[in-house]
Amino acid sequence: MTALTALGLAAARDGLIAKKFSARELVDAHIEAVEAARPLNAFLAETPEQARAMAADSDARLARGAARPLEGLPLAIKDLFCTENVATTAGSRILEGFKPPYEATVTANLWRDGAVMLGKTNMDEFAMGSANATSAYGPVENPWRRRGDNRPLVPGGSSGGSAAAVAARAALAATGTDTGGSIRQPASFCGIVGLKPTYGRCSRWGIVAFASSLDQAGPMTRSVRDAAVMLRSMAGHDPKDSTSAALPVPDFEQAVGQSIKGLKIGIPREYRLDGMPAEIETLWQQGIDWLKGAGAQPVEVSLKLTKYALPVYYIIAPAEASSNLARYDGVRFGLRVNGDTLDAMYEKTRAQGFGAEVRRRILIGTYVLSAGYYDAYYLKAQKVRALIARDFDDAFTQCDALLTPTAPSAAFAIGEKSDDPIAMYLNDVFTVTVNLAGLPGLSVPAGLSGDGLPLGLQVIGRAFDEETVLRIGQVIEEAAQFTAKPAFIAGGA
Amino acid sequence: MALDKATVARIAALARIKVTEDEQARLAGELSQIIRWIEQLDEVDTAGVEPMASVAHQKLPMRDDQVSDGGIRDKLLANAPQNPVATTRGFFAVPKVVE
Repeated sequence: MTALTALGLAAARDGLIAKKFSARELVDAHIEAVEAARPLNAFLAETPEQARAMAADSDARLARGAARPLEGLPLAIKDLFCTENVATTAGSRILEGFKPPYEATVTANLWRDGAVMLGKTNMDEFAMGSANATSAYGPVENPWRRRGDNRPLVPGGSSGGSAAAVAARAALAATGTDTGGSIRQPASFCGIVGLKPTYGRCSRWGIVAFASSLDQAGPMTRSVRDAAVMLRSMAGHDPKDSTSAALPVPDFEQAVGQSIKGLKIGIPREYRLDGMPAEIETLWQQGIDWLKGAGAQPVEVSLKLTKYALPVYYIIAPAEASSNLARYDGVRFGLRVNGDTLDAMYEKTRAQGFGAEVRRRILIGTYVLSAGYYDAYYLKAQKVRALIARDFDDAFTQCDALLTPTAPSAAFAIGEKSDDPIAMYLNDVFTVTVNLAGLPGLSVPAGLSGDGLPLGLQVIGRAFDEETVLRIGQVIEEAAQFTAKPAFIAGGA
Repeated sequence: MALDKATVARIAALARIKVTEDEQARLAGELSQIIRWIEQLDEVDTAGVEPMASVAHQKLPMRDDQVSDGGIRDKLLANAPQNPVATTRGFFAVPKVVE
């Protein structure tokens, strides 16, 4: 029998219902795998007791034929989601020891549907980073290694712990969040599937806020079908998030496997960057050919303002972050460093509680919002953002979805690019436009780099058209036959 | 535009983050580099463009102005920095702010 940790989410669901194994057996195999994966530093908290209790409940429901959609399926949760009575740090010292007295809507939806929590995953501090290098709790290692080179690599970020855990078979799937590429880029680096849904598809309530107009939660899985299954449970209108969309949640799994014949696939010409590695260019062309082979029609489109998306993002996201992170003041929860005055207490608490990248972004955000600079920077960025969104609207008059690479490179070594913030920011060059426009984006593992590392392709869809994105993603998955395995597998082969 | 040490000190004070003299110089360099990179946006003609604050194409929902939650004082205080006097009496403690 295949190891229980090697199953996909949908396969494990079907196996439980067919009584091939119990939820207890499935969760025990994963608890062992989580322990075996400790060298990766992917988890910040392990919750085996809770997992076993949830699995016992699942077994009882399975026995009486009352299985819920995710009954008994063990998941890892990014530490940005508030989980009731389970430590939630957002990768930051300032929240060390914080135990939320409430549950995020997305995770509550997953538990409502029967999923089992394995633990909380490591991440860049407050989701600010692209290498999981800014976590206050140490870097995460990518379970993949370059061929013939044993140096540890980054898993990408900010959802690096989630990506590493899923790739290493320590969880069937995981939640991530994506503000500029934080689900899709680590998915690409770790050879898994990552879906950022349309802004408003999943509730942001109970997710530690980074940039509220960009943040969106989504699934990180080992197949496109699994992403569809998990998104259905995560999504849905929530009155507690005023930007949550009051739309019905489709059965996304029904879309997986449907033909893409006749669909028009936009290929944005501005995504052909100078200096992009040839192997990424080749993979992209391969993806175009696969979709053509499945009956879709590629069309060249223009997203004129692509090169301005990152500078726009590095105004808007820090501006929103500087406002959102004002709440960490040492008064009501989290770290407090005492000072003689209230202001001294705030200043010391925030200086010690936030890491270097978070402090840098708060300062940038404060600057671009400050008197005299607001119009020149913040308002200007909001205007260019409107034009970037308009570019997508125009493109979607000519096509049904877009195909692009997910990231401009494969995973790099831990420590590389860490002394140049802008070089690090460029990781998100292909993903960040999607957040600015609020669209769904899916990364699917499509091939290996010359030195044996996974590379992803990204499908971008119209707002609230995750179904088309998933259909196309499944065609890529099917054509790519991505069967390569990482060097480190927690649950054994 | 380049940020000088005085500007860094000013925004650090606004952001309530203590920044030492040494850090001011380093941050002035780092932040200037980022701001210069951001300034390529000046090349984009945005005349007559409405700024976009949100992609959610919907009117913010209204609700009745009624209390729908509450009575959770102990939950709210559970994560407060521990202060034996304040926490047992149901308060958050902060340094003295009124002379």
